[in-house]
Amino acid sequence: MNDMTPAQREARLEGVGCKRKRVEDVRFTQGKGNYVDDIKMPGMLHGDFVRSQYGHAKIKKIDTSRAKALPGVIAVLTAEDLKPLGLHWMPTLAGDVQAVLADGRVSFQNQEIAFVIATDRYITDDAIQLVDVEYEELPVIVDPFKAMLPDAPVLRPDLEGKMTGAHGPRKHHNHIFEWTIGDKEATDIAFSKAEVTIKELISYHRTHPSPLETCQCLASFDKIKGELTVYGTFQAPHVIRTVASLLSKIPEHKIHVIAPDIGGGFGNKVGAYAGYICSIVASIVTGLPVKWVEDRMENLSTTSFARDYHMTTEIAATKDGKVTGLRVHVLADHGAFDSCADPSKWPAGFFNIVTGSYDFPVAHVAVDGVYTNKAPGGVAYRCSFRVTEAAYCIERGMDILAQKLGMDPADLRMKNFVRREQFPYQSALGWEYDSGDYHLAMQKAMDAIGYKALRAEQKAKQAAFKRGETREIMGLGISFFTEIVGAGPSKNCDILGIAMFDSAEIRIHPTGSIIARMGSKSQGQGHETTWAQIIATELGIPSDDIMIEEGNTDTAPYGLGTYGSRSTPVAGAAIAMAARKIKNKAQMIAAHLLEVSEYDLEWDIDGFRVKGNPSRSKTMKEIAWAAYNSPPPGLEPGLEAVNYYDPPNMTYPFGAYFCVMDIDVDTGVAKTRRFYALDDCGTRINPMIIEGQVHGGLTEAFAIAMGQEIKYDEMGNVVGASFMDFFIPTAVETPKWETDFTVTPSPHHPIGANGVGESPNVGGVPAFSNAVNDAFQFLGSTHIQMPHDAWRIWEVGQKLGA
Amino acid sequence: MQLALLLQRTRFYRRNNEKSCYPTGSQFHGGNKLIPGPFTYHPPSSVAEAIAVLAAHGDEARPLAGGHSLIPMMKLRMATPEHLVDLGAIKELSGIRADGADLVIGATTTQAELIKSDLLAAKAPIIRETALQIADPQIRSKGTLGGNVANGDPGNDMPAVMQCLNARYVLHGKGGERIVAARDFYQGAYFTALQEGEILVAVRIPTPAAGHGSSYEKLKRKIGDYATAATAVILTVSGGKVASAAVTLTNVASTPLFAEEAGRLVIGSACDAATIKRAAEAAKAITDPATDGRGTAAYRREMAGVMTARALVKAFARAKTGA
Ligand SMILES: Cc1cc2nc3c(=O)[nH]c(=O)nc-3n(C[C@H](O)[C@H](O)[C@H](O)COP(=O)(O)OP(=O)(O)OC[C@H]3O[C@@H](n4cnc5c(N)ncnc54)[C@H](O)[C@@H]3O)c2cc1C
Repeated sequence: MNDMTPAQREARLEGVGCKRKRVEDVRFTQGKGNYVDDIKMPGMLHGDFVRSQYGHAKIKKIDTSRAKALPGVIAVLTAEDLKPLGLHWMPTLAGDVQAVLADGRVSFQNQEIAFVIATDRYITDDAIQLVDVEYEELPVIVDPFKAMLPDAPVLRPDLEGKMTGAHGPRKHHNHIFEWTIGDKEATDIAFSKAEVTIKELISYHRTHPSPLETCQCLASFDKIKGELTVYGTFQAPHVIRTVASLLSKIPEHKIHVIAPDIGGGFGNKVGAYAGYICSIVASIVTGLPVKWVEDRMENLSTTSFARDYHMTTEIAATKDGKVTGLRVHVLADHGAFDSCADPSKWPAGFFNIVTGSYDFPVAHVAVDGVYTNKAPGGVAYRCSFRVTEAAYCIERGMDILAQKLGMDPADLRMKNFVRREQFPYQSALGWEYDSGDYHLAMQKAMDAIGYKALRAEQKAKQAAFKRGETREIMGLGISFFTEIVGAGPSKNCDILGIAMFDSAEIRIHPTGSIIARMGSKSQGQGHETTWAQIIATELGIPSDDIMIEEGNTDTAPYGLGTYGSRSTPVAGAAIAMAARKIKNKAQMIAAHLLEVSEYDLEWDIDGFRVKGNPSRSKTMKEIAWAAYNSPPPGLEPGLEAVNYYDPPNMTYPFGAYFCVMDIDVDTGVAKTRRFYALDDCGTRINPMIIEGQVHGGLTEAFAIAMGQEIKYDEMGNVVGASFMDFFIPTAVETPKWETDFTVTPSPHHPIGANGVGESPNVGGVPAFSNAVNDAFQFLGSTHIQMPHDAWRIWEVGQKLGA
Repeated sequence: MQLALLLQRTRFYRRNNEKSCYPTGSQFHGGNKLIPGPFTYHPPSSVAEAIAVLAAHGDEARPLAGGHSLIPMMKLRMATPEHLVDLGAIKELSGIRADGADLVIGATTTQAELIKSDLLAAKAPIIRETALQIADPQIRSKGTLGGNVANGDPGNDMPAVMQCLNARYVLHGKGGERIVAARDFYQGAYFTALQEGEILVAVRIPTPAAGHGSSYEKLKRKIGDYATAATAVILTVSGGKVASAAVTLTNVASTPLFAEEAGRLVIGSACDAATIKRAAEAAKAITDPATDGRGTAAYRREMAGVMTARALVKAFARAKTGA
């Protein structure tokens, strides 16, 4: 290496900070990914569901005889068949139970009723048409505000008489839990003394993560060995294996769960679904591999909705705009079963990040979860648990307060930000924000977008509109969000009792190349690229010489998986820590080889050198060879390490987003003229991947804010659960993104990285929504509910007489 | 009624007035899985052969063109033909040519071919303008003009444009050839004048007057979406005043609409604001849109007016400048 300059040696590593091209794209761009549906096994059968056409009904009779008579049909499973195995119901991550196959009753449209297994996919679906189900309709509740009326129908008779749930007392037969946090008394006092208050119902509609690849699995039970292999779209494969073992009683070591390439997850692939259970049972029963692949409508209408949070938001403030208190009541629609995917002790996720980036002296939050006849789920769609709801709530709330005060919303934010010197900052709702520099980020963003000039332009346009010279109005949306990600410290985070640590195992081969495995699981985030970069910088081995493997529970160390932006904060930290263990041992070997004391050595890009005598050095590659060839006496040979990382705190990425929007009031069509996103995710491992993540997340945020919705009619029919109606923007509709950053490294993370994948979704939605709201303010509007599709925007204009 | 609407109504959707308990029956089950039922595929090489195959199987057979309306419906099992008669290999059905005073477009001419045609760009640019607003390039490279106009879905864009152009459809069946005007062809959602066993072989369009102005204004939620509302306008101008005008509407009723009154109102005017407003009101008055994911009926009716106003202004400007 001596013929290279230090800069060249550094660059050769393609380590932290390098815009390294994604290694996984070599196969993805050539159609060579290996997804669940690409896996075919000899004798494989195909399973698929008969689903409920009703939102709420008794099942009087299921007649499977015509279906069973169809040639090629192997079996048709109903709840009766699963009963003897105790598998007709399954526990949920939220401490509830959920019917695997409808047990005498359906509680949401498209609920699973029977599982048809046949020799090919076409026959399976022909047979589905032949299963006759007789229903007796029951009254339906789709509006969470009606769930707890005294005479509301009982949606969960199986819970009759159980007035205590997994999270405490239940107030009503359709109530799931009440979760409160903060100082109620002090908050009430702050409100009673407040000079100015606002109160608004801010709803975040029901939507869906809708990854490109739907949920699917292939289960294969080997009767001879008594072993079960399951390939599946799992964001958390190790947890799935544990759950599968607990439910099936098959010992955990005899279950092989493998998550191959995954085509996007966004929270959709965290939970355990009826399809997994049924294909496993079907494989055990038939002794043959059974594949289950969800179609798009099933995906949108059954596995894991997101949001459906109805947040009554109150802010107290002084006349000059200093916030003095925050009070939020949330009505949370959890659907027919509470299968929300949150850390077990957090039924409302980390919603208590709702104080946002602002220094609220006191706050109080109460969340009531209720049952309705809608699909279960409640996943964190590209956000840490309920963080996007919280960010939307406070960012909308601050704009409403600014309007009431007659203050500029940017000034109001500046006035109330937690100041740099306040970190680590203790929030009124119990979090310790580790780091941040909000004023710096906000100022940079305002300068970049040209905030003052835009406000002046808006004023002129408003005047022109009022004079009747134009039918176009302009909105300027601000969002300054603080997230809480990286769940999480074992002191407050677990899933089913398993602490939410994560893990890495790194093994250096004699020739100096590496295989490393993690408990996380990429679904497109590019882990194979970035994890190698962390190791490259830590150990001085080029990224290209490092192979990353995830998703195979037989070989990877146990981890809690990838969601909630936790991979970089937790698994990323484990990687750095495992690498550092290796580095310590490498230092001993280098000292032995150079015949000096360990303390006389210093790290230099890709190896150790003798302090004061840089010509005497050993590269990591040479050290690796020595580790297998001539380790120091008394030191065990080999060069590998494992780390299980229990983070001391969460990380708190933040950002400043600005959206400039032009709205045609005659059609309600909104055009995003500019969108500027400044993200601070601490240390930036791969700026190109960060930018890609921000683009993707902003596109989702745009979709959600401007129309993406899972809607039910009053009969309980899910409407629009296909891509004809569910808004997935194409390149044509998607705004052009301008990205920027500041860097405030996390003080407690080994490499200072915070996580970024979810920030754009969390911060993007309020920016879009605030832009729409801002545009209509001058006509007297205070709050417009999402989603802001053209017809709804047009209706707002109509109502305001525009 | 678009595919999406149909889908909601038949698969997952029940209307309030339906009785509360169904008899059991396969058509009412959830769980149609985007996988078609069994069918036999026939690739005839001539129109005569295609008609013979259709005749042999009666209402169990359907012509297949680009497949981009029919196959989605088959996947949802909303259409369950047992015999598919693929028109793709029949050479005589494809192509664009001028024939005396007419422009003649073969039924299996794809929307991509419509876009590429210099003849159409010169003589009837509204066809290209419309085709460019249909779906996306992939679908346009398969979807045909014949399929688009024979389908009978009010969401299709070409039917209103053909009505605007006063096109005639050439139909062949067991009994020989029939000609039906586009303005008489549509009877209801998925109900047309096409009879069992008939094939649409070509569309005949009277070549619009030189110097005419036209416009197709389509409001949609995104690329690939059917119209929330759309308006086609073709007009001629003489001495600064509209001399003739045709206005038609897409997807604001169960069929495309020929807005005769709207067209009549602008004749003799210079498309001043007041006239445009009256024409837009006249267009709105004949609409009967459904509430769907694109918006409420009230919104969609209003948009029919907005699109009409914008299309008229654009067509008038184009006629004057000759663009
Ligand atoms: C995602 C998507 C978006 C779309 N967006 C739009 C849009 O914005 N606007 C729009 O207009 N269309 C849209 N379409 C539909 C598309 O243009 C179809 O291609 C077209 O409607 C049908 O043409 P086809 O050749 O594919 O016909 P097919 O699907 O093959 O046939 C359609 C129907 O017409 C019948 N048929 C076809 N040819 C003949 C013939 N020669 N004689 C008699 N009967 C015949 C068939 O039997 C069938 O009933 C969209 C389609 C998709 C999948």
